[in-house]
Amino acid sequence: MKKIISFLISLAILGACSGPNEELTTQVSIKFLHNWNDTPILIRDLNTIKFTNANGELLSIERIRYIVSNVVLINNENEIYELSKYQLIDFGDNEVIINADEVPLGSYKLSFIFGFTDRDNTDGIYQDLNSNSFNVPRMLGGGYHFMQFDGKYLNENNQETGFNYHMIRAVNGSDTNNQVFQDTSFKVDLGVISIANNDEIKIKTDLSEWFKNPNTWDLNQLNTLLMPNFNAQVLMNQNGKSVFSLIQD
Amino acid sequence: MKKLGVCLFFFFLLINCTSKEEGIYTPISYNLEIPILFSNKLIAPIIPSNNPLTEEGVALGKKLFFDKILSGDNSQACASCHNPQNSFTDLQKFSEGINGSLGSRNSMPLFNLAWNFDERFAWDGKELSLERQALEPVKNPIEMHSNWIIVAQKLQSNFEYPNLFLQAFGDSKIDSVLITRAIAQFERTIISGKSKFDKFLIGEATLNIQEENGFNIFMDETKGDCFHCHGSNNNPLWTDNKFHNNGLDQVFTDLGLGAVTGDTNDNGKFKSPSIRNLAFTAPYMHDGRFTTLDEVINHYSEGLKQSNTIDPLMKKVNQGGVQLSTQEKADLKAFLFSLTDYDFINNPAFKE
Repeated sequence: MKKIISFLISLAILGACSGPNEELTTQVSIKFLHNWNDTPILIRDLNTIKFTNANGELLSIERIRYIVSNVVLINNENEIYELSKYQLIDFGDNEVIINADEVPLGSYKLSFIFGFTDRDNTDGIYQDLNSNSFNVPRMLGGGYHFMQFDGKYLNENNQETGFNYHMIRAVNGSDTNNQVFQDTSFKVDLGVISIANNDEIKIKTDLSEWFKNPNTWDLNQLNTLLMPNFNAQVLMNQNGKSVFSLIQD
Repeated sequence: MKKLGVCLFFFFLLINCTSKEEGIYTPISYNLEIPILFSNKLIAPIIPSNNPLTEEGVALGKKLFFDKILSGDNSQACASCHNPQNSFTDLQKFSEGINGSLGSRNSMPLFNLAWNFDERFAWDGKELSLERQALEPVKNPIEMHSNWIIVAQKLQSNFEYPNLFLQAFGDSKIDSVLITRAIAQFERTIISGKSKFDKFLIGEATLNIQEENGFNIFMDETKGDCFHCHGSNNNPLWTDNKFHNNGLDQVFTDLGLGAVTGDTNDNGKFKSPSIRNLAFTAPYMHDGRFTTLDEVINHYSEGLKQSNTIDPLMKKVNQGGVQLSTQEKADLKAFLFSLTDYDFINNPAFKE
């Protein structure tokens, strides 16, 4: 009996201690919604030549997969909450969501890396990405694709022609014994957000921006074999920075 | 005296319960031997929670796979068209059913099926699990041409099978669900991962110059560019298990995935097969149109045909293909043959 009373007293003390200091947390999910300019792209829009890029070329989207890594929330005290180490976003999968539990309520800066920084872009280490055939050949430095964006466009002769807008770490392999690499991943800062209960964060991915800003992309010049093209990779890096934005409800 | 009586009553009750439990055989969990390369590079194989692998289930599945009792006239087994000696396919363009009828698709080789993460099986992806796939050939009139009620009855009246099902599933009442579960269990154990190239990747073999050149052509986006669909040193399945139109036809006589989804954008798309064990799996493609590997390589080099749904990864279709030289073709072929797994086709675990 004595023991039970002691136990109950301890329990009450413990409860009293944790109560006032307990942090209110919530589940957070991030959804990537894909657009062409201001028009949402739906699964049924795939495979049809219906989009016009900044250079005036008509094109279709057949496959779009990309990596976001180091998806983090940073609070005012510079404390970092990692929502995802990395995530393959595959538009064909429809609902692409990053979920994180137990995020304290409050105000945060949201950011992620598009692709992998050199530090994280280690060849063959991510089993899920290997299983999804997202690797880059070792002759191009190994690691992973940052993006695989495939489709067709109408070329100068009005013929349907494939394009493979594949983004990787840039490599200049003109001297096979002395390859030069450039990290083409980039940080996307989405600004300050307020996390309340069971928040869903929506990120707009405007695919038209890959062809627009600051470099007007000419698909007749840059369509396939872009992985070994150092300059094309640098252009992709520059154009990618305006692709993502936060959707404010 | 009363207490003693109550004690004895519960004692006998306990004994009675225990004997009943002893009567139910608990199958032994099957230890799937996963090649080191697979466990290092790939996510875990798919084993459904309602059909875990057991020693008894796998053994029963193997017995069923090789048993002609599954066909209408007891003349064909699964293994008739999926011969282990040929990497679980046959040498025919189209396999012959029990009535001599021919199908319209080439029999697919079977291995590493538990790593088909989307679980869409068959050339056109119409089968959404191994268990469901196994339902089909038995009742198909141009294949085994039986029906599941008759097959279940034949197995039920067999002197051996009821007890084997009891041991594997705790139930001696045989039906199509348990039969296909057993076959799927066996199929998930069919693993090929010991080719020369696998051994090279784990430091146990050396490639010759031609094989090495061939691998580089396979991985080079400006040459073969095969890796986008057919795996790599980091994806030892050597397939993406996805569906692509690889430029075989301008006009489709077989819609492939399109006939399954009803989406015209999927017309002419078929599953990328693994390029392991090509030495045993001729003829090639979904319709067995190419009798040699040279013909396959020539197709990708200069034989591509344009169509609405051709995959954008067939990037040089306007030039007919990737335009490999004779030497490059020979090197590529040498590399492909380095994925031949003799241990696999000689594995006694896969023989009748």
